[in-house]
Amino acid sequence: MDILRRLLQRRLALFGVIVITIAVVAAALANWIAPFDPDEQFFDGLTLEGAPLPPGERFLLGTDLLGRDLLSRLIYGAQTSLIIGIVANGVSVLIGSVVGIVAGFTRGFIGAALMRLTDLMMAFPALLLAIVLAAIFKPSLWIVALVIAMVNWVQVARIMYSETVSLSERDFVEAERSLGASRGRILIRHIAPHLLSSIIVFGTLGISTTVLLEATLSYLGIGVQPPTPSWGNIIFENQTYFATAPWLVFFPGLAIVTLALAFNLVGDSLREVLDPTMKGRH
Amino acid sequence: MAAYLARRLTESMLILIGITFVTYALLYLVPADPVRQIAGRSATAETVESIRRQLGLDLPFYQQYWRYLTSLLQGDLGRSYIQRSEVSELILARLPASLLLMAAAIFAELVMGLTMGIISAVRRNSATDQTLMVISFIGVSAPQFVVGILLLYVFSVQLGWFPIGGYGTPSHLVLPALTLGIMGAGWYSRMMRSSMLNVLGQDFVRTARAKGLSKVRVVLRHAVPNALLPIIAMIGIDIGIFMSGIVVVESVFGWPGIGQLAWQAIQRVDIPIIMAVTLVAAFFIVMGNLLADIIALFIDPRIKLK
Repeated sequence: MDILRRLLQRRLALFGVIVITIAVVAAALANWIAPFDPDEQFFDGLTLEGAPLPPGERFLLGTDLLGRDLLSRLIYGAQTSLIIGIVANGVSVLIGSVVGIVAGFTRGFIGAALMRLTDLMMAFPALLLAIVLAAIFKPSLWIVALVIAMVNWVQVARIMYSETVSLSERDFVEAERSLGASRGRILIRHIAPHLLSSIIVFGTLGISTTVLLEATLSYLGIGVQPPTPSWGNIIFENQTYFATAPWLVFFPGLAIVTLALAFNLVGDSLREVLDPTMKGRH
Repeated sequence: MAAYLARRLTESMLILIGITFVTYALLYLVPADPVRQIAGRSATAETVESIRRQLGLDLPFYQQYWRYLTSLLQGDLGRSYIQRSEVSELILARLPASLLLMAAAIFAELVMGLTMGIISAVRRNSATDQTLMVISFIGVSAPQFVVGILLLYVFSVQLGWFPIGGYGTPSHLVLPALTLGIMGAGWYSRMMRSSMLNVLGQDFVRTARAKGLSKVRVVLRHAVPNALLPIIAMIGIDIGIFMSGIVVVESVFGWPGIGQLAWQAIQRVDIPIIMAVTLVAAFFIVMGNLLADIIALFIDPRIKLK
């Protein structure tokens, strides 16, 4: 509670929390608050020449190239971004933590093997790997989430590894060991709690990276597939119109940047709030 | 030092071989059949099979990979399935454009990022500082395709200052380099700010101030050069990040580099090109990291060789 209060005292973190709350509520209540069905192609949603409508009274943010309501598609797109952001990042934090902690705590052969694997993955150009993976598997929502997790766990593993190594060399762990505590007890009771704050921080910052990667894959046409709306694929579908219908790029782009920014701001503030050495130094 | 270098280079070599194995295995799993792509729709079953034999794609996986690896170690990247030319020629023809783009992006991100970081640190906790740090956060939260398309809309479509895409003159370079550099500018401004704050609090800066030097001189001659040291090593790591970014930026701006080559190859399952671009990108990433470590070593002699 104290942490939450300290977090909300920071203006930028508060902004982030508000944006995330709005996005979560919009995604959860999409069925009720979206003004239209996101897939319905309106007859009056296009001009007589067949071009998309600009923002107006009936369609608040305008329509897309098929005459669908952009606002409704953006609201449903929030579901895609958040599901992938949270699931993909959850999986990558889980894999990364297990790999990093096991490698850092056991060392020896398994540790070395795991870290060589991490080094190998670090040398892959992340986006290129994601593109190749997405092209191999026919992308659905869950496949895209998995592809992103396969690419993003590496960073987490590196951080967890170095933190675990430095923690297990500290005096209090040595003291525990000399008192005869088992390895399992040392790991769970003494090392894991110290890692928790890093996991929370990277669990939040990572959602931002994940949201951006999902949008990029969808923009390239190999992420979430239309007609399921995603902020990235809305831009992908409509980009040929960007000169005459800029709102079709501007609004989804704004949505992506704002959500990614919100998770970055909250994650960065969490880092400062949770770090005991930073106390009192805003 | 020589032993350290030799060990790092051997490790890098092994990592690159590991990369070829993983990529080859992944591409082996691709359900789309490259032979069908080459033969075309009207090809008979016999033609398809003869092409498959010719390319060695009928062999079991480990034999295929062994063939690939042995010819790679002899410097042969293979032939493109679709473009009917040597992959090494295609890469060499495209690489200069990508390197030019990356060099310009590094320049752009350093100029933007370092300036913002220095101003923020000097005006610590002021409104200027807070505004600049919010801008830097927006920079790292903006995906490149959105930045690229918006820059195109404003500066090419509306203002007509720059061409809509393509390659050739310096004005073609400005928008793609900015797009690729904006995210890095965000990171650099934050790192430069904290590095500057660290340096500004040290004794030699106080001495310089006490000597009566002007504030500008203290900052530019004494603080900035010292604050830059930890930042320089990061440039090596940027190269790796850019290797991903160029796929998007080159596709938005129609920039004829290896990112575009890779993207076209992935869509057509042109496996030799995908392999080669991944390998080239990994090579730059590994070398960039190595370079970063070596620079850090020269800058800070306290770092021990492990």
